[in-house]
Amino acid sequence: MSALTLTLKATLQQRVDCSPLTPDFLDGKSAAEIAAIALHSGNRKVRVDALFDIAGDDTTEIVIKNSNNKLDFIGSKLASGSITVHGDVGSYLGFQMKKGEITLHGNANAYVASGLAGGNIKINGNVGDFLASAIPGDRKGMKGGTVIITGNAGDRVGDQMRRGIVLIEGNVGSYCASRMLAGTIGVLGSVGDYVGFGMRRGTLLLFSTPKLHATLQDCGSHTLPYLKLMFKSFRDLPSKFASLDQNRVQRYAGDLANDGKGEILVFI
Amino acid sequence: MIINGVTIDDTFAEAFGMRGTRVIITAQNLKWAYNAANAMTGFATSVIACGVEAGIERELEPSETPDGRPGVSVLLFAMGSAVLMKQLETRMGQCVLTCPTAAAFSGIEGGDRINLGKNLRFFGDGFQISKQFGGKRYWRVPVMDGEFLTEEKTGMVRAVGGGNFLVLAESQPQALAACEAAIEAMKKLPNVIMPFPGGVVRSGSKVGSKYKALIASTNDAFCPTLKGITRTDLSPEIESVMEIVIDGLTDVDIRKATRAGIAAVCELGAANGIKRISAGNYGGKLGQFQFHLREIMSENPTSGEAA
Repeated sequence: MSALTLTLKATLQQRVDCSPLTPDFLDGKSAAEIAAIALHSGNRKVRVDALFDIAGDDTTEIVIKNSNNKLDFIGSKLASGSITVHGDVGSYLGFQMKKGEITLHGNANAYVASGLAGGNIKINGNVGDFLASAIPGDRKGMKGGTVIITGNAGDRVGDQMRRGIVLIEGNVGSYCASRMLAGTIGVLGSVGDYVGFGMRRGTLLLFSTPKLHATLQDCGSHTLPYLKLMFKSFRDLPSKFASLDQNRVQRYAGDLANDGKGEILVFI
Repeated sequence: MIINGVTIDDTFAEAFGMRGTRVIITAQNLKWAYNAANAMTGFATSVIACGVEAGIERELEPSETPDGRPGVSVLLFAMGSAVLMKQLETRMGQCVLTCPTAAAFSGIEGGDRINLGKNLRFFGDGFQISKQFGGKRYWRVPVMDGEFLTEEKTGMVRAVGGGNFLVLAESQPQALAACEAAIEAMKKLPNVIMPFPGGVVRSGSKVGSKYKALIASTNDAFCPTLKGITRTDLSPEIESVMEIVIDGLTDVDIRKATRAGIAAVCELGAANGIKRISAGNYGGKLGQFQFHLREIMSENPTSGEAA
């Protein structure tokens, strides 16, 4: 058995909803059945074999090649198996995913890991706005799991995020951890303005002191024992965060305009 | 059976099913891990009045602990799950939460999950913070020395308590020296504790009393000063008897500890005044487990694995 490989061959005019292309949905389907699955694209439905060359038969391991930024909802509601994507993807990568692995070799658009409840997403590239955030109308963003970004992320990283770990090796835009409910976000690079805006609980790990608005308050420098435990849990991750081993931080708490139990830890 | 001049009685120790749990306590250094653990396992010699029987199992290297600090592992045993959970919570709250730099973690991965720091978090008065790593929830409770870190749950398993043997010697110092040697050997084994002071108990008891209010009283058959006036179990040369009580996570653990302890006592032998090894039981009617001394001492040391 070799991985089910879907190589994009069509030139896309419209966005394509790729949510059926998950191991759970394709489980037990024959090559002909997979080829006949209709994907929504704009106001039309398009067969899988009209868009992709299909090879391989192991549906627990899906590889998408030659991908581009019009492919939305890849790995949506994924509950098992793995999806590997070569090329850029559109929005909602790993939307409401529950378990399994997504690896992306390329860039992603907005709402990566929105509603993610478990599993791992690794992105070797950059992501757009609203990483791990709630879509409009949802009360919670990411609810569990681990997301690793080797590049940069846009604005509103972790907006209304509830649980889980987001590790970004590059820089992030404005309003990082805005309205965050809980969980952990780590950023090795720089963060934009209004970091922790409306942050309720949760932890933001930074390596340089950001510009802080008035309702984030300095709680002093500390050696926090729990950081050792957290970094130990990072040890096996495919990320630069795996080698972290310092627990001396400056602790800023806030946002006091919204309960103020969140923390921004800056390594010193 | 006679080993190095020491007679091994043809009797057995009678032990009971208990509930047991393990807690890993770490601190800035071993000294403070011991301070927390000693407090937590204080007044925990017998379930009769202490609620739990508890003791320090062993020291842990920084590489063995969850947070990479030096620590000790503590075992606690009780007759039922409710009392064990209650005692664990109060002892955690008064002895570990209060101890500078101490942190507490689960020491048993399987079993029923019981509260370790789950309710201690409320000491944080709303400033407590939960963190989940690797599927486990931890609580960070702000305290005056920084943060008290504790895992939310630990494991509770079915265990065995009340394994024992008696050391009968020609003098009190000889009985004590033999017991010290036994404890030293037994402490090297995992999964067991000897809950009495220094691991040794001198006030072995029998069931019942002449006083109606008491359910247990001194074991006069083994009291050397009563040899002439009671139905004694002691021969004329015995002047002192001491007992070692063992609680363990499994009966195999208790067998191994019993064997190691008796072997250490017998090594001193008759030349050092040790005459007999016996054990305490209730006629075999009360306990679920019986540890026959001669069987334990004659078996292959590794045969316990299959038991």
